[in-house]
Amino acid sequence: MTTDRQGSLNASRPAAPAASGDSAFFWAGADRGELLAQSCADCGRLRHPPRPMCPHCHGTGCRVVALSGRGTVYSWIVAAHPAPHGFDAPPVVVLVELEEGVRIVSNIEGVPPERMCHGLPVMVAFVPAGEGRQVPVFRPRSEEGCAP
Amino acid sequence: MSLSRNPDRQAAVVGIGQTEFSKASGRSELQLAAECIRSAMADAGIAPAEIDGMVTFSLDNNDEIGLGRCLGIENLNFSSRVPNGGLGSVGTLAHAAAVIESGLCEVVVIWRAMNERSQYRFGQPMVNQAIAPGGGTGFMEWCAPFGAQTPASWIALGAQRYMSTYGVDNEDFGRIAVSQRQYAATNPAAWFHGKPMRLADHQQSRWVAPPVLRLLDCCQESDGGVALVLTRLSRARHLRQPPVRVLAATQSMPFDTEVATNFYHGDLARMVEGEATARRLYALTGLGPQHMQAAMLYDAFTPLVMMQLEAFGFCGPGEGRDFVRDGHLGPGGRLPVNTHGGLLSEAYIHGVNSMAEGVRQVRGSAANPVPGVEHVLLSSCFAGAILGRDQN
Repeated sequence: MTTDRQGSLNASRPAAPAASGDSAFFWAGADRGELLAQSCADCGRLRHPPRPMCPHCHGTGCRVVALSGRGTVYSWIVAAHPAPHGFDAPPVVVLVELEEGVRIVSNIEGVPPERMCHGLPVMVAFVPAGEGRQVPVFRPRSEEGCAP
Repeated sequence: MSLSRNPDRQAAVVGIGQTEFSKASGRSELQLAAECIRSAMADAGIAPAEIDGMVTFSLDNNDEIGLGRCLGIENLNFSSRVPNGGLGSVGTLAHAAAVIESGLCEVVVIWRAMNERSQYRFGQPMVNQAIAPGGGTGFMEWCAPFGAQTPASWIALGAQRYMSTYGVDNEDFGRIAVSQRQYAATNPAAWFHGKPMRLADHQQSRWVAPPVLRLLDCCQESDGGVALVLTRLSRARHLRQPPVRVLAATQSMPFDTEVATNFYHGDLARMVEGEATARRLYALTGLGPQHMQAAMLYDAFTPLVMMQLEAFGFCGPGEGRDFVRDGHLGPGGRLPVNTHGGLLSEAYIHGVNSMAEGVRQVRGSAANPVPGVEHVLLSSCFAGAILGRDQN
């Protein structure tokens, strides 16, 4: 069980359901504390969510690369009602734009909703989920958050 | 869809039918579907046995064979299911019109029927459901672990970018809900018939996904069914109702869009799928936003309406807030929108009730008639159509 800075227990958050053959690498990486994405073996461009073909050059080969985990908040909400499964307090859901140029859905921890804003610099961290898995979440790179 | 000059090669809506809209229908989804189709066929004056094409969209639990057995359909030549759930709903008109214009089918039915309130709860959190690709309820894998487990949470996460880009707040969305409730209040078929509300009521409703959505920004969960029937225009001119022409209809799925969990295309402050739908419809018809006297815009959640106003060119980017505030969506406004009360206040039949309202506005038979209707825009964001009066 982990406790974030607002004190909400989130150890029972669900693991990702139904990871497909194309995306299993992402969640296996999260279990090891790595944030991964596909990079086209031919043209090198990144893509997320994972898929079996590069939409730019149509190559099917790809390398799995580690991302920096650094990004900024692109949008955010509080998932307040109905209460989501696996959370004892409403989580702040964020869309993070990673500095490599891909976006992922996640949570932010340690920033109350009134201090959320676009462009808030964040860094990845990994927290436990159900079934002994881990998922990537984000924490602010500075203590303040945004001005309310 | 092309615009043939030959009335044998044009499609028209000739019948609409619906059940009552409730929270507990007391009968099976199949019965609701059969009843609303029976009612649409009676409206058209065509025997149900003549149906030779059936079209619905993902997330409908009824099947064609079950319906054929109820309705005594002699032989079904064609059926299809448009992807993307309610956001693809208007695409059914593209499928129906295409098979009529090709000559493959003579009489095509479109339907949606469900007990999404009494039998299951459509808006409840989803985690482990195996959602089929194109199902229309988002890609759970990337959202469920983070507590984004409802359609409201997914739409809100995208719309928050729009809000903060243009300085829109929740009260701005509330004005859409109030406007639509005003129409529902005078629509006897609406769940909220006789129940207008004020902006203060909206602002006092509980938060669902702050800072974007309150309860009254969200559509209902409804039991009910709605059906439309189409045939070729040359036949439609001899039927019971004035023909309502399908001037154009299209699906639209731009690169890197997703349904509901639509987080990956370039600029989330724009509804690119709506923009693409608009471009296609206007190009096919030579019409523009200035030619629409009313619009039925998919309103599962209020921000979608504001973003569609911009996508379809009724106002510029970021001008949706002022367009709504100036009262253009309400009775007597420049663009009456969702004149039945919409999915928010009439019922959530996944958009097909809004398609039926578009037909009523062209016929002149709506509970809240807009004067002088020549064209009505139907949009479900990932699909759209323009309906028109038959000039003949």
